[in-house]
Amino acid sequence: MAEANVSRRDFLVKLAQGSSLAATGAFLWAHLLRQEARAQPFALRPPGALPELDFNAMCIKCGQCVTACPYDTLKLAPAGGGIPIGTPHFTPRKVPCYLCPDIPCMNACPTGALSPKLKNINDSRMGLAVIDIENCLSWKGLRCEICHRECPLKGKAITLETHPRQLSKHAMFVPLVHSDACTGCGICERACPTQEAAIRILPHNLVQGKIGEHYRLGWTFDTEITQDFKPAAPAAPAAPAEVPKQAPGMDYLNQGL
Amino acid sequence: MLRRLSQFGVLLLFFGTAHWGWQVAKDVPLLIGNLSASEFAGLFPMADPFATLQIFVTGHLLQQKVIIGALIVLAFYALVGGRVYCAWVCPVNLVTDLAGWLRQRFGIPAPTYLGRNTRYFVLAAALVLSALMGVAAFEWVSPIGMMQREIIFGLGLGFQALLAIFLFDLLILKHGWCGHLCPLGAFWSVVGRRTAQVRVRFDRTTCTHCGDCAKVCPEPQVLNLKRLDEVGYVYSGECSNCGRCTPVCPEGSLRFDLRPLIRRHNIEAGKGHEQ
Repeated sequence: MAEANVSRRDFLVKLAQGSSLAATGAFLWAHLLRQEARAQPFALRPPGALPELDFNAMCIKCGQCVTACPYDTLKLAPAGGGIPIGTPHFTPRKVPCYLCPDIPCMNACPTGALSPKLKNINDSRMGLAVIDIENCLSWKGLRCEICHRECPLKGKAITLETHPRQLSKHAMFVPLVHSDACTGCGICERACPTQEAAIRILPHNLVQGKIGEHYRLGWTFDTEITQDFKPAAPAAPAAPAEVPKQAPGMDYLNQGL
Repeated sequence: MLRRLSQFGVLLLFFGTAHWGWQVAKDVPLLIGNLSASEFAGLFPMADPFATLQIFVTGHLLQQKVIIGALIVLAFYALVGGRVYCAWVCPVNLVTDLAGWLRQRFGIPAPTYLGRNTRYFVLAAALVLSALMGVAAFEWVSPIGMMQREIIFGLGLGFQALLAIFLFDLLILKHGWCGHLCPLGAFWSVVGRRTAQVRVRFDRTTCTHCGDCAKVCPEPQVLNLKRLDEVGYVYSGECSNCGRCTPVCPEGSLRFDLRPLIRRHNIEAGKGHEQ
């Protein structure tokens, strides 16, 4: 009996020791994983990449996209580089994505982390070009516009807008990025002539706001009208007026008597 | 040694394709990718089944290509023995073997003990954590992944992890990483266990129990003489077919053979109560 008790205690102690050891290890491990994944918001992914969390889960870190890229754009993140370990990414200022129409990187991906749903390279959304208007030469009044000219979707992703220049009679031509067409290829960032690029690609979730569902822009015609401004129901047709037997105005003083 | 040739050869094929544009034909790269997933000469895909399994348990549906690749690799190692990967392909084995060799050379004593089954717990933890964290848990911390990626695709801080493993193996625990902790090794031990066709045959009649084999074996528990007697070959999946024991055996009692041939050999020798 006593012996059974001792071995039971032994068993429980061993169990507690083992499981606490396992839990400690697991927490450390999980912490490492979180640390690694924390770098994620700054990574620019190849075309067709799934949303970041899914991408991180799906990418098997094989580097086939890196080898498939004909421009040496993609790099596989080494350990400790600030980008989730072993995943492909690119730095547009060094080498941008040149938007191959046959998308070799996506086709090389064995897991589907670069989703084959992307059919047209111009539909890819690797990031969004953002202009630092304080340091943009065009915004300073120079006729630069290099980003606009280099943009593979010129006129859609980057347009030139006129902007008054203080008291001068000459207008400024300033570039404006449109998120509905910008692929985030980074050719503009590569081309920008300033010492540090004044236009650069950032992941959408770092730069894009969202106005929310509750705003209605009533003056635009494509907004759905939600309040009940329905026109009143048409009135029932009035009964035909009675034809007075006497001439009007003759006997009205006696009416109602 | 043949194993080193194989380990470097595999890395060289990947490296040559990635950096020197090795092709078998126009626009058909020789071996694109790395040990996690690859495609050979545009013919068939390959993928690390353990990595694939981890991604699978995160709850993501994978494309056909990587699943087929994983099955191909799985089938290959299931036939030649799972841990053949460890001894003949894995680059970390270079590091740990160096540590093991130095350890023996300088006679460094073993201050710590750790059960060799620890690796199966690490394996289980990798799968559980993958499911909980939503990312392939081992792939994100794997020194094997770091080493081969950084050899093939450029240097980073992965060497720190390798240095840690080297020192751990050299000074703290003999065969610490490969023999005790590595979940990938554990995975392959499970895979090769029943199906491996290439194994080391044991000849009871000539063995003199000198123990030379156990001295060089990185997994000496697989050379359990009682078990060897019963089965007639090295049965455990933890054997990596590294081939250290076969040349050192002074009597030639240990020899590589195909499993069906082992069976016949044992029956002919009249000592064959197989399995």
